[in-house]
Amino acid sequence: MSRLNLHLPLRRGFAVAFAVFLILALTPFFEVPLPGIFSSPLNRPGTLQLLALCLTLAGVALSYNLIFGYTGLLSFGHALYFALGVYLPALAVTRWHWTLAPAVLVTILAGLLLPLALGSLCLRVGGIAFAMVTLAFAQAGSILVFKNPGHLTGGEEGLGLDFNLMPAALTGIVNTPNLYWIALSYLVFTFVVCWWAVGSRPGRVWQAIRENERRVEVMGLRPYTFKLLVFTLSGWLACLGGIVYLLLLGGATPAVTTANFSLALLLMVVLGGAGTLWGPALGGALYEYLDFRLVKLSASGGVESLPPLLRVPLSEPLFILGTLFILLVYFFPGGIAAVAARVARRRLRP
Amino acid sequence: MSTLVLLVATGLGLSGLYFLIASGLSLTYGLMRVLNFAHGTFLTVGAYTAWWLATRLQMDPTGRLVVAVAGCLVVGAVVAAAVEIVLIRPLYRRHVEQVLVTVGLALAFTALVQGAFGADPKPFPAPAWSQGVTSVAGAAIPTSRLVTIFVAIAVYLAIAAFLRFSRWGLIVRAGVENRSMVSALGIDVQRAFTLVFAIGGVAAALGGLLGAVYFGNIDPERGTATLIFAFIVIVIGGLGSFAGSAIAAVIVGLVQQFLNYYASVYLGFSAAGDLGVVLLLAAVLLARPAGLLGRPERG
Repeated sequence: MSRLNLHLPLRRGFAVAFAVFLILALTPFFEVPLPGIFSSPLNRPGTLQLLALCLTLAGVALSYNLIFGYTGLLSFGHALYFALGVYLPALAVTRWHWTLAPAVLVTILAGLLLPLALGSLCLRVGGIAFAMVTLAFAQAGSILVFKNPGHLTGGEEGLGLDFNLMPAALTGIVNTPNLYWIALSYLVFTFVVCWWAVGSRPGRVWQAIRENERRVEVMGLRPYTFKLLVFTLSGWLACLGGIVYLLLLGGATPAVTTANFSLALLLMVVLGGAGTLWGPALGGALYEYLDFRLVKLSASGGVESLPPLLRVPLSEPLFILGTLFILLVYFFPGGIAAVAARVARRRLRP
Repeated sequence: MSTLVLLVATGLGLSGLYFLIASGLSLTYGLMRVLNFAHGTFLTVGAYTAWWLATRLQMDPTGRLVVAVAGCLVVGAVVAAAVEIVLIRPLYRRHVEQVLVTVGLALAFTALVQGAFGADPKPFPAPAWSQGVTSVAGAAIPTSRLVTIFVAIAVYLAIAAFLRFSRWGLIVRAGVENRSMVSALGIDVQRAFTLVFAIGGVAAALGGLLGAVYFGNIDPERGTATLIFAFIVIVIGGLGSFAGSAIAAVIVGLVQQFLNYYASVYLGFSAAGDLGVVLLLAAVLLARPAGLLGRPERG
């Protein structure tokens, strides 16, 4: 059904995507105040950084969508590959005194090898066991970071990037637009790769596995190979997102290694609509924005003055997001994408 | 020698905690193919109920503990049954949605507990006798470890007897074997499932209380942290196998404790136990993907 719909409005889809890209690319030149949405005009560093984080998370959500939305594999360990992209360059630059370029190159390679190795192990089990096993491996990574072996990872404190070894164009508040464009390039790259991948022959096998794995097997294909392919590709894309995230924040924080981060990715994809392309991207951006704003909201005077029965839940962003998630699963199972499709269909049929 | 005995005892204490969480998970998965990601919240519920009762009652410490145990058992059963009826039952057979809902619950509940009681661990007022040591084979073993081991064994025997001798246990065993056949015979598997869920909730709540005695404090994050090891335990033991999860809990607890001790003594590396358990999982997946006592998945 989705393929039938795709062909006719394809040109219009391209036009919309290109227009969105242009607006996003030119954002650093607009001094537009958007009171209520952002605390400062669009081209100020604070707003640009928040936007860049949203774009990055949109890309990471897209990468997770490949494995969860398109192939139907429930992984709870996606944070591990993102965290690899965050921590490996930080370690290389700050602890081993490499310059940024080789650190990033090595990370890009490691981002391919780690999901390949772990995927070949995790995919030996399917379904729910796969979810638990991916979670276990990601937890091992998280424990490693938190336990701070040999004072390498900085434990709970995180690990800052050594600015003396960083290119000047990527440091300092004046250069926030550069980081913003890097984040945008990452999102565009991920979007194009995902778009191309889900339309390719392996991409169709992924979707067939999601619908009925046994049938794919009966047709003489090995689901394992295709699942390993999507596991590696999505892990690699997440790792690239980790590198961008590190550059944006100028340091690594251990929060990105935790199970909660994997769960947040799941939430982003379900929020946007699993198994569509722009839905999870929107979900990722929206989640990051909400997470940021809810933290601000909980610190504001409005919440502080509420009675405890309301104040306690409202001051915890994860409580609001978790509850939102439960409601989504019950009432909007297809996420934003399904709601949008329903609205569009209603408009077509007078 | 005494170090060895001490390590075995503390390791088995840890095994007991893992078993209390894993048993419920394993049964609910075996019967309904439901992965309850919110199972860790039952542990948190148990721990915080016991703490709340123990800090507010004006009684002697042991009497307080008895009331706390009773309270946490009741609350664990009620909360688990409520979660099953309200959240999981409407999504019957939609396994991914069921997981997603429990994920949402786990996130929201942990955040709520953090908001209400603070993110930091709180000391647990355990009675003095449970914080002392008992001499076993020349080694001074913390009594809390022994308590954990004994309670875990008692829970194992109780659940095993329930499965073996009661009519409901028979339905559960038959349901794990072949659920559609049991339903076809006109037996309400759904009700057996609610019961199993409540039993799992009681075991986990008890695990929360024992964890509080074992570590001497309560912590909003402990539910999720223990849950991840419980997942490892039930995958190693074989999904849906009750005996398998008990055996795997013993192995995982011992491996973790021994590696933690020897690696931090000889290598100065404190995370070895946790990482070793994950490596053990990898080895089991390579050699026996269905787990120790599990059978390969059928359709």
